Amino acid sequence: MATAPTLDSAFQALADPSRRSMVTRLSRGPASVSELAAPLEMSLPAVVQHLDVLQKSGLVRSEKVGRVRTCRLEPAPLRAVEGWIAEHRADLESRLDRLGDVLDATFGRDG
Amino acid sequence: MSVTHDEFTIEREYPQTPAQAFGAFADPALKERWFANPGNWSDAEWELDFRVGGGELNAGGAEAGRHNLFRSHFHDIVEGERIVYSYDLFHDRRLISVSLTTVEFLAGEGGGTRLLFTEQGVFFDGAVAAGEREHGSGRLLNRLGRFLAGEEV
Repeated sequence: MATAPTLDSAFQALADPSRRSMVTRLSRGPASVSELAAPLEMSLPAVVQHLDVLQKSGLVRSEKVGRVRTCRLEPAPLRAVEGWIAEHRADLESRLDRLGDVLDATFGRDG
Repeated sequence: MSVTHDEFTIEREYPQTPAQAFGAFADPALKERWFANPGNWSDAEWELDFRVGGGELNAGGAEAGRHNLFRSHFHDIVEGERIVYSYDLFHDRRLISVSLTTVEFLAGEGGGTRLLFTEQGVFFDGAVAAGEREHGSGRLLNRLGRFLAGEEV
């Protein structure tokens, strides 16, 4: 059973480009481990290791039916309120980026 | 129904002086350019009354998207140094959070500004119905996936 995810573990899991590409693939629907591995230039054990990090973060869960392990995004444990906070914070971050652009355009970069 | 408290600080360095950075919060013509329309809203509303006792209003949403309403109240303004305000945030006319924000304009490197943006908030879990909540976080993950893939979300 996956542990309850926190924003920290979710962001940590997403800090890696290979894991992000796996999440991107899963956002389009469930996939087998070999389907997840196909576009990545890495060994299957390495893919399984990344998958393990994603599962521990609670973002992804998998189940084995016969010989095929199917992975899917697990949105339910990511509590909505944490999602809202992450979204809210991302919104503030992008406004402060735009503040930087407005300062540059108004005052120049030499201060 | 539950509540979650959260506190975070975003730190930014800008090459402009603290007085100039402060000006981008105080001068309506400047503030509107970076604050008023965060998501290319089709119907953005924005008003700023920058004084202690005054407030700011920002409302709107993408077409067929969620309606957002931000309504703040200024508690403390120290020219070139500090701004403290509290605000309500509504999603589709439901109160989703109440926050206290402290913006500090500190001396940065080379005459620039080190800006500290601290927010302490209470987020209302019950403001989102259970079914919608799962749906909402699934949608968020899907958007995250598309965002990570470099698509516009």
